[in-house]
Amino acid sequence: MKLFRIRGGIHPEYRKEMTAGKAIEPLPMPALLHLPLQQHIGAPAVPVVAAGDRVRKGQLLARARGEISAPVHASTSGRVVDILPFAAPHPSGLPQPTILLEPDGLDEWTDLPPPLDPFAAPREEIARRVAECGVVGMGGGTFPSAVKLDLGRKFPIDVLVINGAECEPYLTCDDRLMRERTAEVVDGVRIMARALGVERIVIAIEKNKPEALAAMTAESAAFAEIAVVPLPTRYPMGSERHLVTALTGRETPARKLTADIGVVVHNIATARAVHHAVRLGRPLISRVVTVSGRAVREQKNLDVPLGTLVSQLIEFCGGLAEPPVHYLSGGPMMGQAMPGREVPVVKGTSGILALTAAEAHERDTMPCIRCGGCVTACPCGLVPVEMAQMIRHEKLDAAARIGLLDCLNCGSCAYVCPAHIPLVQYFNYGKGRLAALQRDRRKQEMTKRLAEQRAERVERLDRERKAKLAAAKKAAAEKQEGGA
Amino acid sequence: MISTHDISGPYAHQKTSIRRTMALVMVALLPATLFNLWVFGWPAINLLVLTLAASLATEAGCLALAGKRLPLFLGDGSVVLTGWLLAMSLPPWAPWWIAVLGGVVSVALGKHVFGGLGQNVFNPAMVGRVALLISFPLPMTMYVAPRPLFGAGSPGFVEGLSITFGGWDYDALSAASTLGHVKTELARGVALDQAMGGTDLMALAMGTVPGSMGETSAVLLLLGGLFLIARRVISWHIPVSMLGALFALATLMHWVDPARFPGGLYHLVTGAAVLGAFFIATDLVTSPVTPPGQLVYGAGIGILTYVIRTWAGFPEGIAFAVLLMNAMTPLIDRWVRPRVYGRTLRGEPLPPRRKA
Ligand code: SF4
Ligand code: SF4
Repeated sequence: MKLFRIRGGIHPEYRKEMTAGKAIEPLPMPALLHLPLQQHIGAPAVPVVAAGDRVRKGQLLARARGEISAPVHASTSGRVVDILPFAAPHPSGLPQPTILLEPDGLDEWTDLPPPLDPFAAPREEIARRVAECGVVGMGGGTFPSAVKLDLGRKFPIDVLVINGAECEPYLTCDDRLMRERTAEVVDGVRIMARALGVERIVIAIEKNKPEALAAMTAESAAFAEIAVVPLPTRYPMGSERHLVTALTGRETPARKLTADIGVVVHNIATARAVHHAVRLGRPLISRVVTVSGRAVREQKNLDVPLGTLVSQLIEFCGGLAEPPVHYLSGGPMMGQAMPGREVPVVKGTSGILALTAAEAHERDTMPCIRCGGCVTACPCGLVPVEMAQMIRHEKLDAAARIGLLDCLNCGSCAYVCPAHIPLVQYFNYGKGRLAALQRDRRKQEMTKRLAEQRAERVERLDRERKAKLAAAKKAAAEKQEGGA
Repeated sequence: MISTHDISGPYAHQKTSIRRTMALVMVALLPATLFNLWVFGWPAINLLVLTLAASLATEAGCLALAGKRLPLFLGDGSVVLTGWLLAMSLPPWAPWWIAVLGGVVSVALGKHVFGGLGQNVFNPAMVGRVALLISFPLPMTMYVAPRPLFGAGSPGFVEGLSITFGGWDYDALSAASTLGHVKTELARGVALDQAMGGTDLMALAMGTVPGSMGETSAVLLLLGGLFLIARRVISWHIPVSMLGALFALATLMHWVDPARFPGGLYHLVTGAAVLGAFFIATDLVTSPVTPPGQLVYGAGIGILTYVIRTWAGFPEGIAFAVLLMNAMTPLIDRWVRPRVYGRTLRGEPLPPRRKA
């Protein structure tokens, strides 16, 4: 298949060799699980259990609230100990409502919903089942998958793209899934295509995963609608919009979705979760996590019950070889720093990295030498050096005018900067300020409108009263006249 | 220590630095420099050493005045490169005070007046060269014919020192650079083929001719430039558009009147065309940051160079052309940008896709 050119991008040191050869190992069930109510984009789930309840594996613990939300299920059987605020795997480390579940060691399944035959059942039924099972985008986006599977009803979708690029350095969990759970992944992919009502499926995999490419190609050979496409190894090949452009030549207009141009993108691990949900009725209660970074003694790919603390993963990997400078959730390019090790693995945790100082290669920031490296690297055609300068001078509107809000936060610019300027940090700050300004502006407008409305009302009442008065006077005068 | 929300990704970085970038440029300059030092002997070596010393001393003084971290900034390599490029643009037997004055002016006025590294609008080395050229036109245009080191006619070490510090007999030894010679002859009304009589383009390209240190030896400089492009320190846009514009304009004028205007190739191998295209116009700080902007900028330098060489009072116009386009860089950066993903060239969102 012919690929279309996309601009920019970088060739980071991938460092995938640390875990690419490591088969997925199950992590032993920990003594306590921490399940945050919000492991997805959208409204937090609402607990349906209380402290002291005994639950079985796969049982609903918290239900989705509203259109964009996802339920949370028990990762194993046990007792609900408490529901309390607990540190979330997010840089702020702000506590989030979290269900504490104490496993009983029986790992006893609840009564699961019956298997669904995706090719016999109505299409909406699939999306409903996926929603019920709490499946979200497992590449890190954590957008509720069912909502994306329903897009076929709102947009004319003709292509389903499965993102097996795994372009983030270090991560190999999707690679391993494609190699070890090939049939489940491909089945999940076909189910998603059926839910969307599309006839064309493209599974895109970067060339640095030859085994995964071979396995997926062989497994998909029986299905004419699936094309497995090798991608050049380049970051950020796995950015949804850029992937779609590379594969189809279609470019998503600014501030729109890929669905607007007829394409929906799903992730490899998500496809497998969909397979489990539809064929087995199993909710999303575990995921494969790459534990890597040179600060970890033994890097591994682990099948982890959701809610396990990061510290337990690291312990299972032989502990630390040296003190890390960062704990990350996700890859080093777009992943997030975690406040420490005592945070749970959630649905979007694709990797846990403990990086040494040498790996992170952080240096003193120097003045920008206007080398233009960031401009060449940016996959979006932005001029990062200029945006950063504007943000430094608080010229946020100017930065927005030259595309601040089109920035993906992919970090390619900061990766190549010889002056080690934390460009993405500027962009995050700028975006945050813009959002706050917009809120303020809206509030001000609202206040103004309310004030105006009130003034108008007062005026109207005044007018009415005067009119009434005048009418009454007139009536009285007429009466008098009439009486005279 | 674990730091979290005070920073954001990426948490991996390329093993790159300003120092490394500058070092690569120096590596690229080295072959041509060594060749030139060999061709022009001890006085040229003295000149390079003095220019570098003056530049470094000025940098240290300015940094100290500005209260910046001396080891961090002095080691970034930018000032060495400035001094080096300045030396390359001077007549090889220029006296010591030209070297010192040039270094001081380049670094203090060309760079630190604007706020130091990355802040300067004009190419510091060219600021130094132009200031010297305007103030001291005579010693700045006194060239010698090549006399390779250790060969006949090449001054020894002691004699070299006396040339650098004591001066030399201009009338006896000086030779005009090709650009200067052809220009003077043309101005006297001599026809071009006669004025250019004996001009050997091959010798010009190889560099065995009179001229500034870096003006000669186009071939070695070209190799260095290609190395820089291969290592992605510079992109091809500026050199290609600059040399392309210069060549195109010269060819056009030659075609209009072959008796008065030398051809394109002549303009490419003479003077500082190659040095300018790969090492001076591409100065990172003072050139546009976007590839389309660089095309505009390079073409501008090429055109201005031709205009100055042909119709203005100076034989070589690259330094002036570069400074003029430096002044345009902020405007170019403002008006010429790449197209943003998902938007039209004018910044509007792309129109929605029609169902095929
Ligand atoms: S990469 Fe860094 S030094 Fe180069 S222009 Fe961009 S911000 Fe400046
Ligand atoms: S982080 Fe933003 S500005 Fe930087 S390269 Fe990525 S998209 Fe471009």
